[in-house]
Amino acid sequence: MSMGMVFALIGAVLSTALAGIGSAWGVGVAGQAAAGVVSEDPEQFAKVLILQLLPGTQGIYGLLVTFITLSNIGILGGTPITDTNTGLMYLFACLPIAIVGLVSAFHQGKTSVASIGIVAKKPDQFGKAMLFPAMVETYAILALLISILSITNIH
Amino acid sequence: MGDLNYVYAVARVRVKEKSLLTNADVAQMCGMRDADAVLAYLTDKGWGKPGERMGTEQMLAAEEEKALAALKELGAGKEVLEDLSLPKMYHNLKAGIKATCTGTENPLAFYQNVEPSEKSLTRILAAKDWKALPEHMRPAAERAMEVMLRTHDGQMCDIIIDRACLDAMAAAGEKSPHEILRTYLQEQVAVANIRTAVRGARVGKSLVFFKEALAPVKGLSANRLAVTAAESVEALLGYLSGTAYAGAAEAIAVSPSAFERWCDDKIMESIRPQRRNAFSIGPVVAYYLARQNEIRTARILLTAKANGFPESAIRNRVREMYV
Repeated sequence: MSMGMVFALIGAVLSTALAGIGSAWGVGVAGQAAAGVVSEDPEQFAKVLILQLLPGTQGIYGLLVTFITLSNIGILGGTPITDTNTGLMYLFACLPIAIVGLVSAFHQGKTSVASIGIVAKKPDQFGKAMLFPAMVETYAILALLISILSITNIH
Repeated sequence: MGDLNYVYAVARVRVKEKSLLTNADVAQMCGMRDADAVLAYLTDKGWGKPGERMGTEQMLAAEEEKALAALKELGAGKEVLEDLSLPKMYHNLKAGIKATCTGTENPLAFYQNVEPSEKSLTRILAAKDWKALPEHMRPAAERAMEVMLRTHDGQMCDIIIDRACLDAMAAAGEKSPHEILRTYLQEQVAVANIRTAVRGARVGKSLVFFKEALAPVKGLSANRLAVTAAESVEALLGYLSGTAYAGAAEAIAVSPSAFERWCDDKIMESIRPQRRNAFSIGPVVAYYLARQNEIRTARILLTAKANGFPESAIRNRVREMYV
C-alpha cells in the first residue's frame, strides 16, 4: 500500500471519528436534559427529542465524507492512489468536517441543552428554541460543503 | 460532580419551576378574605398532600419535606445538604442545650430531617459527648452548655451559638466548590450581621456584644459594623449606605418589617441569575431556596390572615418570588 493511500485513509477515518465523537457527546448531553424534562412532563417528548437529535448530524456528515473518500481512493471504487501528494490532498480535504464537526457538535450539544430548558418552561416557544442550536449547524454544513467540493475535485 | 453532570437535574428543575408561586399568585392571596381561602388556593396549587385537608402548620411542614426530598432527589450531595441546613443544625443545638439544662422536653422546638437528629443530639448533650458532634459545632456547643449550666443566661447561649453558626456558614461558603453556595452563604452571613447590628443598635447594646455576635465576612467589615452599631442607629445606617448593602439602610429607615423583607429579597436577588444557568448545581440549589422563600411567604400570609391584618399591611410584608 502506498503512503498516499495511508494518508487518504487517515483523512477518511478522522472524518467519521472526530465528527462522530462530537456528535456522541452532543447527543449525550442533550439526551440527559431531554430525559430530565420528560421525567417531569412526558408530553414534551417529541419536542425535546428533536432538540436532542440536532447535534447528531455532524456524525452523519463525517460518515458521508468518509464514504465519498473511500469511493474515490480505490477502497469502495475509483482508482487506487499511488502518489503521496494525492493522498495528502485527500487528508486535508477531510479535515474541515473532521475538525468543525467535532467542535460544532460539542457547542450544539450545549446549545440544545439550553434550548431544552426553554421548552421545559415554555413549550409554546419550541420554534424559537430550535433556532439557536440550528444556527450552530450552519458551520458544520459549510465544512461539509468544503470537504465534499475538495474531495470530488481531486484528480 | 462536574457541572455537566447536573444537566438532567437542571432540566427537571426547569419544569418544576413552572409550579412555583409567582408574584401574581402572592398578590392574589393577599386580597383573599381569610386564611382558609389562602389554604384552599395553595391546595389547588398542589400544596400539602393530595386529598387531604390540612391546617397551616401541617401544610407548611409537608411542603418543607417535599422541598428537601426534591433537593435530595435532584442529586444534591451530602455537603450541599449540610451547607444548606447549617442554620437549622445550630437552631437544634440551641434548643437541645436549653432542653438539657432546664430538664424540659419540647419536640416542637426542633427542626426535623436535620442531622444530628433531636434524639441523638439530646443524648450527645446529656453525655457531653462533644466528639459525636460535627467538628465545627464542638467548641460552641461546649462553651454554650457551660454558660447555660453556670449562669442560666439563655441570651448569652444564643449569642455563642448564633456566632458559631455564622462562622460555620462563612467557612462553608469559602470552601464550597459551587459558586451559588459561595454567594448564598456569604450573603446570608452579611444579612445576619446587619440584622444583629440593627436590632442591637436599637436597644443600645455595647461594643463587646457586637464584637462577640458579628462574624467576619467578605464585602462587609464586621469591625466597622460593630463600632457604628455601638455608636447609634444613624451611624450604622451611614456606614451601610456606603457599602453594597445600601438597600438595607433604606429599608431600615422605613420599618422593621421592610428591613426583614429586604433581607429575604436580597437573597432572592442573589440567586435569580440561576434561572438562566443550564450547567451547574446552581439552579437546583436556587430552586430549593425559592421553595423555602415560598414557604416563608405562605407562613407570613397565613399568619397575617389568621390575625386579621389589613391587606395593605400584608402586601408590605410578603417577599419577592423567584420566578
